[in-house]
Amino acid sequence: MDDHSPMTPPSGGTDSGEPQSLPDAPTVVTIENVSKRFVLRRDNSLKERLVTLGRAGRRHSEEFWALRNVSLSIPAGSTIGLLGPNGSGKSTLLKAIGGIIEPTTGTIKRRGRLAALLELGAGFHPDLTGRENVFLNASILGLSHAETEEKFDDILQFSGIGDFIDTQVKFYSSGMYVRLAFSVAIHTDPDVLLVDEVLAVGDEAFQRKCLDKIREFQQQGRTIILVSHSLGQVTELCDRAVVLSKGEVQFVGTARDAVKNFRDVLEGRRLEEAVAAAPEEDPNPGKVTGTELFAEGRAPGDEIHPGDTLIVRMHYEYNEPLDSWHSGFKIESNLGQQVYGTDSRMMNLVHAPMRGSASVEYRLENVQFGGGAYFIHSFFAKPGGEHIAIERQAARFVMADDPTSAGTVRVSTTVREIAA
Amino acid sequence: MSTTASERFARLNTEPMVVAGQPSRVFAGSFGAIREIYAHRQLLDLLIRRDLKSRYKDSALGFVWTLIRPITQLMIYYLVLGQILGAARAIDNFAVYIFAGLTIYGLFSEIVTGATASVVSNAGLIKKVYVPREIYPLASVGSAVFNFSIQLVVLIGATIVTNSFPWRVELLFFFPSVLLILIYGTAFGLLLSALNVYLRDVQYLVEVMVMLLMWASPIVYAWSMVNDRIGESMPWLMALYTNNPITLAVLGFHRTFWTAGSGAEYPAELLLRMTIAGVVGIVLIYVFHRVFTKLQGNFAQEL
Repeated sequence: MDDHSPMTPPSGGTDSGEPQSLPDAPTVVTIENVSKRFVLRRDNSLKERLVTLGRAGRRHSEEFWALRNVSLSIPAGSTIGLLGPNGSGKSTLLKAIGGIIEPTTGTIKRRGRLAALLELGAGFHPDLTGRENVFLNASILGLSHAETEEKFDDILQFSGIGDFIDTQVKFYSSGMYVRLAFSVAIHTDPDVLLVDEVLAVGDEAFQRKCLDKIREFQQQGRTIILVSHSLGQVTELCDRAVVLSKGEVQFVGTARDAVKNFRDVLEGRRLEEAVAAAPEEDPNPGKVTGTELFAEGRAPGDEIHPGDTLIVRMHYEYNEPLDSWHSGFKIESNLGQQVYGTDSRMMNLVHAPMRGSASVEYRLENVQFGGGAYFIHSFFAKPGGEHIAIERQAARFVMADDPTSAGTVRVSTTVREIAA
Repeated sequence: MSTTASERFARLNTEPMVVAGQPSRVFAGSFGAIREIYAHRQLLDLLIRRDLKSRYKDSALGFVWTLIRPITQLMIYYLVLGQILGAARAIDNFAVYIFAGLTIYGLFSEIVTGATASVVSNAGLIKKVYVPREIYPLASVGSAVFNFSIQLVVLIGATIVTNSFPWRVELLFFFPSVLLILIYGTAFGLLLSALNVYLRDVQYLVEVMVMLLMWASPIVYAWSMVNDRIGESMPWLMALYTNNPITLAVLGFHRTFWTAGSGAEYPAELLLRMTIAGVVGIVLIYVFHRVFTKLQGNFAQEL
């Protein structure tokens, strides 16, 4: 990608008429052709370096491009999600925007006050009290002493630390530590906020508080650049998203489209890994030889829509005669949570004895799963319930996103205001 | 926190775009860095306080430890070298002589060892937040100056106790001496702190060098003793020894505080030598700072 991918504000779609839809939003960050090379050296002592000086030294080091020709421009007031599998360069890009690492080639320009939440509590010194650390950390994030003093009560209140503020932070629980650090960071009045995975920490109530704060930031026209592995969070918070893969920009677009694209990247990687870890000859006499999955009236692999009838066909093999057995499958969300599952025993179907192979078809009528990717584990089992063979992630399908709700089930909901 | 989106956009529109990270042009660089550090002076102040506060936190004696170490050193040198080996016979008021030298040398060694480790020990910050990286070695300089001033109080106390407070014009030698040490300490602190990131051996090397340099300047013996030995036979070595900025600073400190030695032999034109060394030192700061800015781009990934 060597052309600019302008990340213009979206024309609606996410939460209400927020300021990011202002047409005259100035650009706050421009990234032009940025590449970053890391040199991985395998030795680090003086002796080894001397021994492997020169050409041999180069053989001992390995180059690795964490970013390749990334170009983006980010308008003020937008919330951008950076998506990508582990090692795709998200954090590197974020650090380059923050000025923490210098790109090997290309330039990054930005304006406005920047605060980076790359790691909560970076700069907290364990031996200092909470109060001293607040001043130190605020100063690192660019606040003057007078400003910090003015905001101190707010910071303290948001963090909920209370009387512990004058205790050394090494005696804090990890939750207190995180709360105080987040509280400082959001009170620095940033124009651009970089957030790297930190929202995953803290208890649920505090996470909620943080998300509310981020929404407030959005309303105030602040720009937020967010790295997250929680696709739900990205669709919930961001209006645009960028998918990175192996250091390159793979997709730029609305958060929902980007999440969809990212799922495909992950699926591609999963298949690659499955091929790489090719199963060796199985001593197990039984095997699931195939699983087909499609919606009636749609081609296999198409997105499934609510109300469709889902067909699951499974093919089994067993080397020896098998007199009694039952079949079944489970559907899991991409987080590994079981969403649905059934088997022939529950359905009160007795299969005929298997001689060599058998095939079974399940029809799931009127499916109402929530938007996202799902996996099917197909298995067959002995009468006692003991699995003969199970093929995990035998097939996968994607449910169409539902713009009106989130979660793994669909419910028809109406809403109205009622008298108090 | 209450600015509205449109106000914010209007303000951002007027701000110029700046390159993320450090400007790396050759000339604007150093000047820009000074300005940036000035803008971060409150942070510098807080970092110095952090260094000082955390050092003796939870110890009952606290800052008294800053004094115990040099006083012990003083006693050892005074007893072993002065009384047992007899160096005191050639040097009047040996205690003040030694402590003056140890105090100014302590400033140098603390700056250099502290600054060398400063970038590595602040790795957590450097990897996560961008602030001008020069601030970390400078904070070490600051905390060293603080400890130096405590020792200075003891030194002045000692001159009062021995009834030899240097109330005379040579007292002014104090300023060029301290300045010289600050200049060279900062210069080498900058260089070594950056090198230490790439090669951790540097901090061990510094420990050795600091020990060596102490004996290479007239702290526990007199300059005239060296001059008598090699002044004639090896004039170039003598010149090298004398013009070593640490030697100059130590001599300057002797002239400031060691009143008993007003008749003692000093190299000619001490003040001129100090001025030249100071100018050279400022050039070194500039050069080493260039090296520092070149190296700092990769700090975050090397740490």
